[in-house]
Amino acid sequence: MLIYVLRRLLLAIPTLVLISMLIFVVMQLQPGGFLSNYLDDPRFSEETVNNIKRQFGLDQPLYIQYWNWLTNIVFKGDFGFSFQSGRPVSSIIWERVGWTLVLATLTLVITWLIAIPLGIATALRRRGVLATGSNFLGYMGLATPDFLIALLLIYLVLSTGGTNVGGLFSPQYIDAPWSWDRFVNFLSHLWIPIVAMSAEGLAGLMRQMRANLLDVLGMDYVRTARAKGLAERVVTYRHAVRNAINPMISLAGLSLPQLISSDIVVAKLLSLPTMGPLLLDSLFAKDQQVAMAILMLSAVLLVVGNLLADIALSLADPRIRYD
Amino acid sequence: MLRDRNSPLHLAWRRFLRHRPGVWSALVLLLLYLMALFAGFVAPYSVATQHVGSGNQPPQRVQFFHEGQLRRPFVYALQRQRDPVTFLQTYTEDKTQPVPIRFFVQGDTYNFYGLRTNLHLFGVENGTIFLMGSDKLGRDIFSRTVIGSQISLTVGIVGVAISFVIGILMGGISGYYGGRIDLVIQRIIEVLLSIPRLPILLALATIIPANWPSTYVYMGIVAVLAFIGWASLARVVRGQVIALRDIEYVTAAKALGQKDLTIITRHITPNISSYLIIAATLALPGYILGESTLSFLGLGVKEPMASWGLLLADAQDLSALSQYPWLLWPGAFIVLSVLCYNFVGDALRDAADVRSVD
Repeated sequence: MLIYVLRRLLLAIPTLVLISMLIFVVMQLQPGGFLSNYLDDPRFSEETVNNIKRQFGLDQPLYIQYWNWLTNIVFKGDFGFSFQSGRPVSSIIWERVGWTLVLATLTLVITWLIAIPLGIATALRRRGVLATGSNFLGYMGLATPDFLIALLLIYLVLSTGGTNVGGLFSPQYIDAPWSWDRFVNFLSHLWIPIVAMSAEGLAGLMRQMRANLLDVLGMDYVRTARAKGLAERVVTYRHAVRNAINPMISLAGLSLPQLISSDIVVAKLLSLPTMGPLLLDSLFAKDQQVAMAILMLSAVLLVVGNLLADIALSLADPRIRYD
Repeated sequence: MLRDRNSPLHLAWRRFLRHRPGVWSALVLLLLYLMALFAGFVAPYSVATQHVGSGNQPPQRVQFFHEGQLRRPFVYALQRQRDPVTFLQTYTEDKTQPVPIRFFVQGDTYNFYGLRTNLHLFGVENGTIFLMGSDKLGRDIFSRTVIGSQISLTVGIVGVAISFVIGILMGGISGYYGGRIDLVIQRIIEVLLSIPRLPILLALATIIPANWPSTYVYMGIVAVLAFIGWASLARVVRGQVIALRDIEYVTAAKALGQKDLTIITRHITPNISSYLIIAATLALPGYILGESTLSFLGLGVKEPMASWGLLLADAQDLSALSQYPWLLWPGAFIVLSVLCYNFVGDALRDAADVRSVD
């Protein structure tokens, strides 16, 4: 198992290096840069700007810039300098990565807690109100862009007189220590982004779970279990559902990119302190080092997420062995 | 074309027709595309017409009864007031003043594929007709949505077409030759698929210079979407090509001295066309959603063009959203078109599945 994990990590390195090249090239293709804004400012002479460039190594050839960028990240944990905020990138980014992870994990957990039972229920009773209703919701969830769901929920809350929209806390709780009230306040802010971010994944997972369970219920060993005279409950939950859930675990790893994408739009709308809005700001401001750091980190999160999903799968399913 | 009643195509057509939601969705899509084709004619106003003094006006409902009497379709004129306490603008219907809706009226001039005309499907002679309300500059949201459909609905088709050309070529070459070429192309695909989609789309969209003319920006957005989109398609094509490359007709074509590229594009591709059509239909909603997200975030098409995502960007201002919820109308069109594409895609997949019971 350990050897498998190590091999997977080694295999991820060339992919990540290629991704870093792509990101670097894309960001270099951006017209202009943050420093060229200084040239329009009468307080900065061209010489000052050139000095700043030299200080940050931005006057070097591109391949040297790339090499410095990559080695600084890998060996020093230094993601470069944010010209917009005048601070090193690593000092502004980690807190936001943390909140992104909190939001993504919560969304993932809630998606699973709802999607799996719904999928099971609709597979067992294929007609009826619940099945029709969740099918309808499934189709709508796939068709509605996440930002539209967020907009609709915001409108719903605002038009019913609610105020807990935007941010993570109400003003009086922002700097307060954790307490029960603060936690409740946190949750009342969090449900809109979580619902908006989970809708698409929820619909997909539910349909997949339903299809898996229907497949498994037609298998020979389910018939055998029934023929042995096992209770229907045991057949469904111990034999069928257990086997139908396994393929879903690798889907959890695949849902990460969608969560990261949703985070950008939804967090921007609700001004949450996650990676997404920072990425947008840095792209608009041409604060390239910040944008590159976020793009790179989200690619790393993806690779790690897929690895975790594969490990979880091997723990859940004893038939899968990696060595 | 469908004369032989038991030809595979005919059987597939019958299976498609049995999928009710799919058939209805196909009809709705046809209507939507007709609307986009005749957008200037269907919309009562042009995309930029500003009605001074009619900003943020709520939708006007089409009425048929005036004082209990059946009339030709009309709307009530709206009167603007200011709330004396909050200073908010409010509109009230003036029930004494029915404004009849006229058909085939003269209005704003627009360019209909090279023909300058001012004929509109419907409109009113005095006052305004805002079926979905107006935005803060007094522009008709219905007209803007109809004209925006030209961008929102075509981005998918053009984008899928481009990513198909790249996807078929790359996937075909990768599967056909195998070996080192396959390895390199697979790595590229893997890289493209393992970057979260939206962040890299946003980064690519910032490359498009802000001072480009609008048609270039449109093509730029499509190119950006296709640049990411071809990868998953190339995977499908590669799998199919590997399955087909040792089949007799390919060997025969090789023996006849056909060029490799000809074999991939003229012999193998037509044989996997059913997979490709389904993959295209299922990929299209992703482009519609992708364009709307980019435009919503301000990195897609820009004013004075209109697209559904760009129109929704007006609702980003949360206080505007809570007071003028009709700003969300363009969203209904996004949902409708994506929903229809999903249903049609499902129906096509079922129709192509020969194992399904007839």
